[in-house]
Amino acid sequence: MAENAVLEINGLEKSFGALKATDNVSLTLRPGEIHALIGPNGAGKSTLIHQICGTLKQDKGTIHLGGQDVSSLSVADRARLGLGRTFQISSLAGEFSALRNVMLAVQAQQGSSFHFFKPVLKDKSLTEAAMERLSRVGLADRAHVPAAELSHGEKRQLEIAIALALDVRAFLLDEPMAGMGPEGSKTLTRFLDGLRREAPILLVEHDMDAVYALADRISVLVYGRIIATGTVDQIRNDPTVRTAYLGDHA
Amino acid sequence: MNREVSINAAMALALLAVPIIALQIGQTFTITLATRIAILALAATGLNLALGLGGLVSFGHAAFFGIGGYAAGILSAHALSGEPMMFGFEGSQSMPVIWLVAAVLAGLIGLGIGVVSLRTSGVYFIMITLAFAQMIFYFAISWPAYGGEDGLSIAVRNGFPGLNTMRPMEFFLVAYGLLMLTLGLFSLIRSSRFGAALQAVRQNDVRVASIGIKPFPIRLTAFVLSAMITALAGALYADLNRFVSPSMFSWHMSGELIVLIILGGTGRLFGPLAGAALYVILEFVLGGMTERWQFFLGLILLAVVLFARGGVMGLLAGKARHG
Repeated sequence: MAENAVLEINGLEKSFGALKATDNVSLTLRPGEIHALIGPNGAGKSTLIHQICGTLKQDKGTIHLGGQDVSSLSVADRARLGLGRTFQISSLAGEFSALRNVMLAVQAQQGSSFHFFKPVLKDKSLTEAAMERLSRVGLADRAHVPAAELSHGEKRQLEIAIALALDVRAFLLDEPMAGMGPEGSKTLTRFLDGLRREAPILLVEHDMDAVYALADRISVLVYGRIIATGTVDQIRNDPTVRTAYLGDHA
Repeated sequence: MNREVSINAAMALALLAVPIIALQIGQTFTITLATRIAILALAATGLNLALGLGGLVSFGHAAFFGIGGYAAGILSAHALSGEPMMFGFEGSQSMPVIWLVAAVLAGLIGLGIGVVSLRTSGVYFIMITLAFAQMIFYFAISWPAYGGEDGLSIAVRNGFPGLNTMRPMEFFLVAYGLLMLTLGLFSLIRSSRFGAALQAVRQNDVRVASIGIKPFPIRLTAFVLSAMITALAGALYADLNRFVSPSMFSWHMSGELIVLIILGGTGRLFGPLAGAALYVILEFVLGGMTERWQFFLGLILLAVVLFARGGVMGLLAGKARHG
């Protein structure tokens, strides 16, 4: 299993004082799968995400991306190795148009930001690639709207367009359904279902309908520990999970 | 042509037209005022790169302004006295040589200051840049070889090939030309890949890192470029006054540069020029009426911060647009 996992987390631990926010967490993301991470508020999902993408340093344990140890690399280096993260709320650059946000991601993907003279808006390798990503998430007609003025759902779509522009090996989607209406959720669910063909997805999500519809495997995080990992049916019928988290949901 | 471009063009033309008219009617002092505006605008354009585009509120840019000034003063003093400097360099009275020395020196010192201070952000960045500038200020005061506290006079204004810089109009043209070139460079950088990354780092640095662009080298490069431009202005300022003193390094100067940018419109191409023009005109008009003109300047600054965040350019050309 370890050899073909795209993302492999092993024995990760993180404490804040006496609080163990991440307690010996191990999980893998296999090619082509959607692995959902669920758990109650305060279970340590965000802390775990922060460690995976490098904004927080773990106390113990390792993180491998595509077989390479990225445990001590910077956020930017992990991103360049293909970790595509979307954010709950923040835009890349709120003052920039949606197009320019995606263009920045294309630019990051192409390598150097140290070009001082050529105007980006006249650089077709940036504008066309960015426009193509926007079209794929259905945001082409909003390309010139400042990111900060997009609706909640549109910001989500923009986040995914940005992730698409990076040559992603593993997606890390942090609550992509949050704040979406029922119609938007359905569209996004269909879209994510197709997205797994690009790269596997580690999906942190509260919307259980979406999780059940999409996930190949689910891991349940409670008090910093993974109490169960399994298929949708296994998790639904797991008694510990039912008491710890799902309750009436299942 | 959109509105901002027209307003920028009008301002550039006005700055050129005023001294030409003043020359015709023999108002030499007005030419000096216009030159002062151009030089302060150049210094603030340097800072605008770091502060406006990159969000780096440097409260120590007087360091680079002063380095430029002292480069002009020291090089020309040695050229006049014939006494060689270190490495047997004889000094120079040629502006292009002085500018090169000023820019390289400020770039190196800016690199050193930037490497340390860019590890911090927010109020710590403001304080640490201030601390560096104060260190250099006290160093200049205690350096008797070049005048110490009294500063250094420049007997004859440094020359520019083909021009007589002692004539106010010709010196103005040098300052004006350098300002326009720098504004052109600023505009290119702003719309380039580097500019896009720099402005995005200002808006959300964590997010920019998450797509694989490291914020630190982007900020450091902007800081160094910014220091180099401000140093050029310092060299011209020394030539304008034909005098350099440690006051060019003082924190008042750093504050003044920030004020110019806020007055004119942060991050706007012509913000520094609008700010410098307003500042110098206010200084002249209010200064003629009362000795407490800075009190009224304070009131105006207060009004800008409270009611007109975009400064002069925000009022004239509306909200900044990013394509």
